[in-house]
Amino acid sequence: MWQAYEMPTSVEEALAILARYDGRARLIAGGTDLILELQQGKRQVECLVDVTRIPGLDRIERQGDWIVLGAGVTFRQIKDSPLLKEHARLLPEAAATVGALQIQTVATLAGNVVNAMPAADGSVALVALDAEAEIAAQQGRVWKPVIELFRGPGESAVDPSREMLTAIRFPVPGPRHGSAWERIGRRKALVLPILNCAVSITLNADHRTIEQARIGLGPVAPIPFRARETEAFLVGRPAEEETFTQAAEIAAGEAQPRSSLLRASKEYRTEVLKVLVRQGLTRAVAQAQGMS
Amino acid sequence: MEVKTYPLTMTVNGRQVTVQVEADELLVDVIRDRLGLTGTKIGCNEGECGACTVIMDGQAVLSCLIPALRAQGREIITIEGLSDGETLHPLQQAFVEHGAVQCGYCIPGFILSAKALLDVNPHPDREQIKEAIAGNLCRCTGYVKILEAIEAVAQRTDG
Repeated sequence: MWQAYEMPTSVEEALAILARYDGRARLIAGGTDLILELQQGKRQVECLVDVTRIPGLDRIERQGDWIVLGAGVTFRQIKDSPLLKEHARLLPEAAATVGALQIQTVATLAGNVVNAMPAADGSVALVALDAEAEIAAQQGRVWKPVIELFRGPGESAVDPSREMLTAIRFPVPGPRHGSAWERIGRRKALVLPILNCAVSITLNADHRTIEQARIGLGPVAPIPFRARETEAFLVGRPAEEETFTQAAEIAAGEAQPRSSLLRASKEYRTEVLKVLVRQGLTRAVAQAQGMS
Repeated sequence: MEVKTYPLTMTVNGRQVTVQVEADELLVDVIRDRLGLTGTKIGCNEGECGACTVIMDGQAVLSCLIPALRAQGREIITIEGLSDGETLHPLQQAFVEHGAVQCGYCIPGFILSAKALLDVNPHPDREQIKEAIAGNLCRCTGYVKILEAIEAVAQRTDG
């Protein structure tokens, strides 16, 4: 499947190995998706460059106005992070729904983003947090919005045969903020989602009307989806059931889920999407109002 | 390009071993075929069933998804490492006593998932146990007896 296996101990060393292989090597973190793709022949590489021995990439920390997660951070770390539970509950909630514990222990959020699947729980959660990713190449490092990294199913703007996603960050939410993660699958573990939904809400100082809303949905498009029409509708409206019900209808209209033979029909997904959006808004607003 | 081989040194069930492995070997194959520890099972071989679960540095992982070379310097526990000679590990004993084993193929994975939990949380509640074994599938038992067996060990007070 692959002919060489390298374990660099710095980002620079990893990039140098990639450069030496000139596109024929690829980074591997948790590998829970990549190993299968290599086994199934969907991808071919000469060399895997294992980044899990690079020190310092496993931190979740606050840096000024940002919460920063290193590329080595696993879903299990996210699930258990007090910092994330306090500031962005939807992310640990989403991490807890990825695969099962054995997967969460090794799979990384950064890998989830680079793998670019439209239903990826970590990616859908991140688009609702307005997250950015740091991309390191031989020329230097740049931050880019996570949502701009998705090109299509399994297709990322980050090329792991030449560059490395080294960190993910999002702004520390202010006061009167709440968030929620909703997901439906055939069972609670080891299944891809039929639908998932990430909601992030900030209320106005009156605690009754919505100042800002961000909603991520998957899989309803070739890439993780931001429900921008729904978000625009919510701004300024009262944070109450009637608003949530209308928002759910708008979300179902703009998202347009498709039928999947394995997972669910378009009709079912459309109905469930409304329920998830409504539930997500309800829970996020309750948290923003200090009631959960 | 020729497949490279590398020396892989790790601790398996308390014993340090060094084996020469090819670049693309997976941990499950090294454990089963090079070390002869066939208690670790291959079910789906794609990370969906939990039969290949082993403990690496204290945490349950799926050995079918781990490149073998990632285990360099790590500590691995397989089902063979649990009993003390002829004396079964408390989890193994509880699985036998509660009738939690039918065909048995998934059981090493279940026991290692349960051990990884109990090692850090000796008295988990039922929900925590369910979370720990949600990544292990069993097609025989219906899970109830497996849960009861793990609960029996979790409720012991003698540690």
